[in-house]
Amino acid sequence: MNKIKVIVLRTAGTNCDIETANGFKLAGAEPEIVHINRFLRKDETFSDSKILAIPGGFSYGDDISAGKVFANKLKYKLKTEITEFIKNGRLVIGICNGFQILVKSGFFPFISDNQSVTLTNNDSGRFECRWVYLKTMKSIANKIWTKELPDIIQLPVAHGEGKFVCENDTLEKIKEKKQIVFKYVDENGDKSGFPYNPNGSIEDIVGITNPEGTIFGLMPHPERFVIKQQYPFWTRNKNIEPYGLMILKNAVDYAKGNL
Amino acid sequence: MVDVKTIDILSADEAQLQEMSRKYLLSLNLEEMLVVQKYFKDLGKNPTDVEIETIAQTWSEHCKHKTLTSSIDFNYTKIGGKPQKKFYKNLLKDTIFRITKELNKKWCISVFQDNAGVIEFDEKNAVAFKVETHNHPSAIEPYGGAGTGIGGVIRDILGVGLGAKPIMNTDVFCFGPDDYPQKKVPKGVLHPKRVFKGVVSGVRDYGNRMGIPTANGTILFDDGYVFNPLVYCGTVGILPKDKAFKKVLPGDIILAVGGKTGRDGIHGATFSSLSLDENVSSTVVQIGNPIVEKKVLDTMLIARDKNLYNAVTDCGAGGFSSAIGELAIFSNGAKVYLEKAPLKYKGLQPWEIWISEAQERMVFAVPKNNLEEILKIFTDEDVEATVLGEFNNTGKLEVFYDSKIVCSLDMEFLHDGIPKRNKVAVWNEKKSTIKKIKSKNPASRLKEILSSLNVCSKEWVIRQYDHEVQAQTVIKPLVGIKNDGPSDAAVLKPSSDSEKGIVVSNGVNLHGKKDAYSMAVSAIDEALRNVIAVGGNLKKTALLDNFCWGALDTPEQMGEIVMACEACYDMGKIFETPFISGKDSLNNKYKLGSKTLSIPPTLLISAISVIDDIKKCITMDLKKSGNPVYIVGITKDEILPKVDFVNAKKQMSALQEAIEQETVDSCHDCSEGGISVACSEMCFSGGLGMEIDLRDVPVENIKSDETILFSESNSRFIVEVKKEKENEFNKILKGTNFSKIGKVIINKKFIVNGIKKKSVINSDISELKNSWQKRLGNYD
Repeated sequence: MNKIKVIVLRTAGTNCDIETANGFKLAGAEPEIVHINRFLRKDETFSDSKILAIPGGFSYGDDISAGKVFANKLKYKLKTEITEFIKNGRLVIGICNGFQILVKSGFFPFISDNQSVTLTNNDSGRFECRWVYLKTMKSIANKIWTKELPDIIQLPVAHGEGKFVCENDTLEKIKEKKQIVFKYVDENGDKSGFPYNPNGSIEDIVGITNPEGTIFGLMPHPERFVIKQQYPFWTRNKNIEPYGLMILKNAVDYAKGNL
Repeated sequence: MVDVKTIDILSADEAQLQEMSRKYLLSLNLEEMLVVQKYFKDLGKNPTDVEIETIAQTWSEHCKHKTLTSSIDFNYTKIGGKPQKKFYKNLLKDTIFRITKELNKKWCISVFQDNAGVIEFDEKNAVAFKVETHNHPSAIEPYGGAGTGIGGVIRDILGVGLGAKPIMNTDVFCFGPDDYPQKKVPKGVLHPKRVFKGVVSGVRDYGNRMGIPTANGTILFDDGYVFNPLVYCGTVGILPKDKAFKKVLPGDIILAVGGKTGRDGIHGATFSSLSLDENVSSTVVQIGNPIVEKKVLDTMLIARDKNLYNAVTDCGAGGFSSAIGELAIFSNGAKVYLEKAPLKYKGLQPWEIWISEAQERMVFAVPKNNLEEILKIFTDEDVEATVLGEFNNTGKLEVFYDSKIVCSLDMEFLHDGIPKRNKVAVWNEKKSTIKKIKSKNPASRLKEILSSLNVCSKEWVIRQYDHEVQAQTVIKPLVGIKNDGPSDAAVLKPSSDSEKGIVVSNGVNLHGKKDAYSMAVSAIDEALRNVIAVGGNLKKTALLDNFCWGALDTPEQMGEIVMACEACYDMGKIFETPFISGKDSLNNKYKLGSKTLSIPPTLLISAISVIDDIKKCITMDLKKSGNPVYIVGITKDEILPKVDFVNAKKQMSALQEAIEQETVDSCHDCSEGGISVACSEMCFSGGLGMEIDLRDVPVENIKSDETILFSESNSRFIVEVKKEKENEFNKILKGTNFSKIGKVIINKKFIVNGIKKKSVINSDISELKNSWQKRLGNYD
């Protein structure tokens, strides 16, 4: 069987493209890192790829606001292609800066010209790089991204603008549609404040999907936990499952079976 | 208006020559000015401003290391000995380069010749490492100075061989105390806290945006750095072994890539050789834009792997004049058309374009046939690339502006014409006075040390750096059950299909205030201890030296730097660790009225080690109650620590073997605060207690508990041995100085039993942790 093709979309300032591609490779897919200019010049199409990954970094220097310029390119220059891609139920994952891009792109978490959620400055006012505990929620994502994931997993975050914020009615809507994928918790799985919730996200929201569960945006980096030795406690605890790899693998397996 | 001035050097007398050097910020001394005058006398013409600036940049201390490469008449006296004499033809060559040459390690690929040192990683790849300083810019404008400091050293890695991919940054800072009284800070000097916060933000924003993990570093605080902070930035890169060397052929195109040229950073190279004072202009500081540099990185690696160019180097100090001037040495000449250089704004004079240190610029030597292809790679990703001229073999560096020649210099004069300096140095060994440790309660003294600026947790800084990006950091800067203990070194796993790794550590201390030799041996010992503590390989460890010195006006001051160089030679020889790259930043001093305030002589040693299996690495947090605790090394009563040349290497090699054989669960080196701090940190990082007995610590001439606990003797480690591997550990360490001193306990207490009395310390580890964390805990 042919390997699932993954496009890892990069631009000026993207900096997690290589490890994201590596993660998908370990997950059994065939990733290709492509500069957005190739799509803009029509040198490249999404044709046979099943997964689109928008990796972390500081796209275009995060000028204007985090992810804004990149999001506008998707929104105004690649609208037809992206819409087509999503309509076919193919998967999109936006990690860190990729998540920031998704929420400004006009198609996430809802298709709408008005932005309904955002990721703003951490409450600490600082860039924070740390490992966090995530509670796997009962959500639409259980069918795809978080299938068979344990109740609590760990992944690293590294961002200055990761505080999830939205209007109350949007929050109600994403709750109702079970779009909340993970929440920040402490090591026992309980709600807690900083630093367990590293940015002050409302309701400790880590990541969400679209109502269909096919588009997933999150602040932590699954691609940074695809081998055991990336885990900070690997010298203490030898029985480790790389949770980040499980998430990527889930996506690849879903694509194999359904797309 | 383009205006190329002619400088009337021919008619100048000696006083006028010196005035000329001052007026144009040339930083050339009278002897050098006379050589320049003679060169133009022989040509029968006065130089243009472009020519004189080119010479000043090329001959700057920053580019030529005139002091450390000078010949030296050295007179020294050891305690109890007769006065002796020694002559160095070239101080660096006779000490630091010499040991590298003598050791002649096959795994050293390129040392002291390119923008970074290069050693072998595996069969296909090599690792490059470079550490730079950006002190004066950071003193004036901390955020921009530090950011462009890291930006600059990253470009050194992009410009080594045919270009390496940066995989890690390091940063080491020296600041004045953050609570230094504001009223003691003179006009024109920024308060240390402002410098500290600005520098951290600058490194954070540049490093994070470049997508390079900042995973190792330290901070020293001392009154001696109030007027002149030190900012050391390092970058490690990886490159294919067959891309470790460059060449330039006559006919190759000079291609400038990346940022545009502006008026920022003019005279950075020569400014670094002057004392700071309150009148310094901020145009000497560069303005950085990391995304421009990231785009250059992305595209140049594509071009490199397609073999589209013969050479690359970065525009650092001296800008185009140095970058093109240095590449032109390979071909023996170049022709440059300055009007082609893309500018940030109009109005720059040719000399300004030529020496501007505007950031994010690289210069490539491209064979004509490849020009079209390489230009497409750059323009495809919106990177500006401009043809500036052509390398040739005319023996001349010729610069044009609008078809008018503005500079024509002989390559030979430019690069070899600089007169050699001769210096006199003196050193008299001082008696090391014994530190009287006040008989205070050792437990409160321990807490005091843990909460001191130089020992306390630097988590506030470390968390602001993305130390995980690229997903290769397998031993992180913060470790332990809560990810907040102080790691001895960082370990990277740069290849997804091999278990090989790279260990990076550093050593730096304040002993230079009293004895530069002790300072240097201790810095090297510390860097090596940190390598060993995480499972590094002493047999494949290389060192980098970064000298930061103050005034070097007297023979005594020269004597200190000579002794530091001697220390590098001695330690390199004992541990068989070659030096692969280095840099010096002299004149770290501030003119306050008639007084000159110098920093304490400070040598930063960075170590890099290549290991075969990262799975054997360990961290410093205690792992299991019941495990025995050992000490390796002898504890002495000494205020200026020395290194035991007979035993130190034996100890470290044996410990390395014990870790490789997987007999050790955790290991931490003893540095500031000695045994007491090392054990405390292991306890609270691992969330376990420890009970030790000072009677079991191997000592030399010590009778007090306090001295054993707090002595800062070198070459010592606290080792948590796996209980079931204790015999094996003992067998491996046999014949070295080591001893069992206690065990890990489940009770969360650090208990120390003294020589005469029981439990001289009995502290909750949570209290110790609190002391360690509160000083820079939440720092806003």
